[in-house]
Amino acid sequence: MTRYTSATPDDRREMLDAIGVSSVDELFEQIPEALRLGRPLALPDGMGEAEVYERLAALAQRNADAEEEVCFVGAGMYDHYVPAIVDAITSRSEFLTPYTPYQPEISQGGLQVMFEFQTAMSELTALPVSSAGLYEGPSSVASAGYLAMGATKRHKFVVSRGVHPHSRETLRTYSIGYGAEVVEVGLEGGLTDAAALAGAVDGETAAVFLQSPNFLGAVEDVEALGAAAKEHGALLIVACDPMTLGILKPPGECGADIALGEGQPLGNRLDFGGPSFGFFCATEAQIRRMPGRIAGETEDVDGRRGFVLALQTREQHIRREKATNNICTAQALNALGAMVHLAWLGREGFRELGELLVRRTAYARERLAAVGGVELLHEASVAREFAVRLDAPVGRVLDRLAERGIAAGYPLGREYPELEDGLLVAITERRTKAQIDELAEALAAAVAAEREGVAA
Amino acid sequence: MSDATYPEDLRYHEEHDWARIEGDQATFGITWYAQDSLGEVVFFDPPEVGAEIQKDSSYAEVESVKAVSDVIAPMSGEILEVNDVLQDSPERINEDPHGEGWLVKVRLTSPEEAQQLLGVEEYRKLLDN
Repeated sequence: MTRYTSATPDDRREMLDAIGVSSVDELFEQIPEALRLGRPLALPDGMGEAEVYERLAALAQRNADAEEEVCFVGAGMYDHYVPAIVDAITSRSEFLTPYTPYQPEISQGGLQVMFEFQTAMSELTALPVSSAGLYEGPSSVASAGYLAMGATKRHKFVVSRGVHPHSRETLRTYSIGYGAEVVEVGLEGGLTDAAALAGAVDGETAAVFLQSPNFLGAVEDVEALGAAAKEHGALLIVACDPMTLGILKPPGECGADIALGEGQPLGNRLDFGGPSFGFFCATEAQIRRMPGRIAGETEDVDGRRGFVLALQTREQHIRREKATNNICTAQALNALGAMVHLAWLGREGFRELGELLVRRTAYARERLAAVGGVELLHEASVAREFAVRLDAPVGRVLDRLAERGIAAGYPLGREYPELEDGLLVAITERRTKAQIDELAEALAAAVAAEREGVAA
Repeated sequence: MSDATYPEDLRYHEEHDWARIEGDQATFGITWYAQDSLGEVVFFDPPEVGAEIQKDSSYAEVESVKAVSDVIAPMSGEILEVNDVLQDSPERINEDPHGEGWLVKVRLTSPEEAQQLLGVEEYRKLLDN
């Protein structure tokens, strides 16, 4: 018995006596013999705290992270610079509580942050209503499907294969519970196949899901693709990368009913995959079906500006089985990081950052396409990420680059069997021209070595 | 706000719904007691016209400042009409729950279900308990 395990042998004895059972084994006799292990768990002996620390530290050492490697991996989460002010503000104890601020009289700070975050996301997506943040991107996509089913009373989703694979997988998983059908539409030249999409959408379709820039980095013509949704009365749901919203036409101006996405690029580091948050904006018509919390602006009895949770009666604490989302509460802190990052960049700075990404990405794309054995996977316009094909095994080339401290990109074959030779390369403002040049040189050497069969 | 009155010509369901039956059609709503318990109604989420509804199952939602509640069908049928006035003026449900605050009109598929509903005296007794 250790100080980390609260029940002592005496405690257990007392509990067993109270329910009239002689041993823990007897407690489990109801479980059929065949389902029981019949022996103690094969666990190693306990360790002292210092030993545990050493062991875990050694395991942690084996991880590579974006501070050690030059990271060109994106695929939905990106290695942006997070300014120190984000940590300074998000680490304030007032913001560290994950509890939902139901009591406005003691929660003005938290509620104001939610309201300001919503205002920013609403402006960036050009949609009037924003929630205060969801769990992450993929579950936001799946929640949008549920909303669309409620709004249209239909049960079919038409989804571009340009939508993030994790989002499509989450939507498929949720759809089993929703009783919905998911139809995927393929890509042509890096972009959603418009004819196939138009053919897949019909009067049974609840929603059309697009992503722009899509998973291959290509900027989709959301307005043109969305026409099929409009024609059949389906909702148009657009996943987007928040970092591109300062330079691309916002989804709300392209006919989107819902714009959402992974919020990590704003004010959140990669952090080995999370936690992060999702954003979710919609037209006013959908406000009562929106997942997550919404903060609203109001006045107190003395006429001073104040904030409250709006539409609170629709919250999950009242109707669990009808809740549209149950896992958003603790993401407020991540959304705060995004809000601080946006405020730090400012209106102009945010646009300038987007322009910088486009320029640097164009340079990297051109530089890599000029490498022998490397060609562009598609010619479509991109913003901050692009795809190439390698005339060499992608996994082995990545291993060679990793030895030089470069995480060169995301191997597309992992999610797209038809793109086994594909590599997805992401650019952030942290990637310098010199690093891009180094990537091109290292890639050239690695591809050449693989083609010549040189041992790594 | 209306007074606590319960019309004689209505049939009542123990989930605090009423039905005004006219031949094979009926109008449904929630009772004075239901609207009083909910408080100020701010939104009515109606079913689709043409939808099939089942006795004792939820067919719509009423949202008040206190809670969102399912509305239970007192009888089975097909929705013929929903009260569009409620989209802009959901407060009609509070002001006149047995009249202008009606929710839907229905073609009854099992008119004999009326026998399972309560008369006004039985419903009052239910409330007193």
